[in-house]
Amino acid sequence: MKIKTADGGWNPYFAGALVGVLAIVSVVATTKIMGKTNFLGASTTFVRAAGLAEQRLVPEHVEKNEYFKKEKVKVDWQFMLVLGIFLGAFISAVSDGSFKLEAVPPTWEKRFGKSAVKRAVWAFCGGVVAMIGARLADGCPSGHGLSGLMQLSLSGFAALACFFGVGALAAHFIYRGRAS
Amino acid sequence: MNEQILGLITGILFGFLLQKGRVLRFDKQVGAMLFKDMTILKFMLSAIIVGMLGVYFLSDIGFIELKHKAMNVGAVLLGGSLFGAGWAVMGFCPGTSLGAIGEGRWHALWALLGMIAGAGIFAEMYPFFKSTVYTWLDWGKISLPELMRVNHWPVIAGLSVIYLFLFFIFEKRKI
Repeated sequence: MKIKTADGGWNPYFAGALVGVLAIVSVVATTKIMGKTNFLGASTTFVRAAGLAEQRLVPEHVEKNEYFKKEKVKVDWQFMLVLGIFLGAFISAVSDGSFKLEAVPPTWEKRFGKSAVKRAVWAFCGGVVAMIGARLADGCPSGHGLSGLMQLSLSGFAALACFFGVGALAAHFIYRGRAS
Repeated sequence: MNEQILGLITGILFGFLLQKGRVLRFDKQVGAMLFKDMTILKFMLSAIIVGMLGVYFLSDIGFIELKHKAMNVGAVLLGGSLFGAGWAVMGFCPGTSLGAIGEGRWHALWALLGMIAGAGIFAEMYPFFKSTVYTWLDWGKISLPELMRVNHWPVIAGLSVIYLFLFFIFEKRKI
């Protein structure tokens, strides 16, 4: 089995296994350095980002909000991790020539056309719904999927089944239409 | 080293591997949901196989304590389903949206902004959910082996076999 794929990327089994190693190292590092065990995750950071944005407009409201109080609006380990994902992806894409500016994803364009505005509106709405769901379930494919399944958490299996089950149903409906 | 620098380094490595695995793209995520391209599942399940061995070893020797998220039945099932529906439309998850922007797919910015707005809306709805969905049925922070009342290693072995079998099917079907 080759490590490099035709487009200069890495075999997904290999890159994935390295993420497994990274997850273990990260668990050890956070336990040793921060004194508390952190598992990889991403969606709580969106709450903090919303809180930081709202603080500029309505600081008293953020201070009083029960959920912001619970999750604490601050730039913490996970917040920096999520920013790091952006940087790491940028470094990797530029170094192997796969960086490409794209206004509309190809699969979307095939079904719904070139309009970047249409894509923007739907992506925004999808984001709103998905994040309300992720916060209600207390995790996303990183926190529930990756970290949950690694720990054999019951909630991880249930959440991932819903993510993927409903996602597959919706995707078949959206991108295939009734004709195909 | 402070926690912010540690987080940043971990994130850079995570983002680098996500990009190398080519799992950040809209087309890969929707491709998996359409059962046409299982790259993200190959990637994720490989990480999970390696990760569960390491994490349970560290837990067995007493170095770490596992942090299960609560199996609050209504919240996980309803929230998970909402996430699935939104995920199909936007084609990114919270972590990969930033990575996708990093590799130039800047349309992921709209999904990112939607998710920040969604988090703000959830914060306003939290008291409502707390007095309804969260109160329905809570099984607590429990793992699959605890539920089955068995040792975790046979479960890890069994799941590894299932995941490897899935890989075999993906490769056989070339998806």
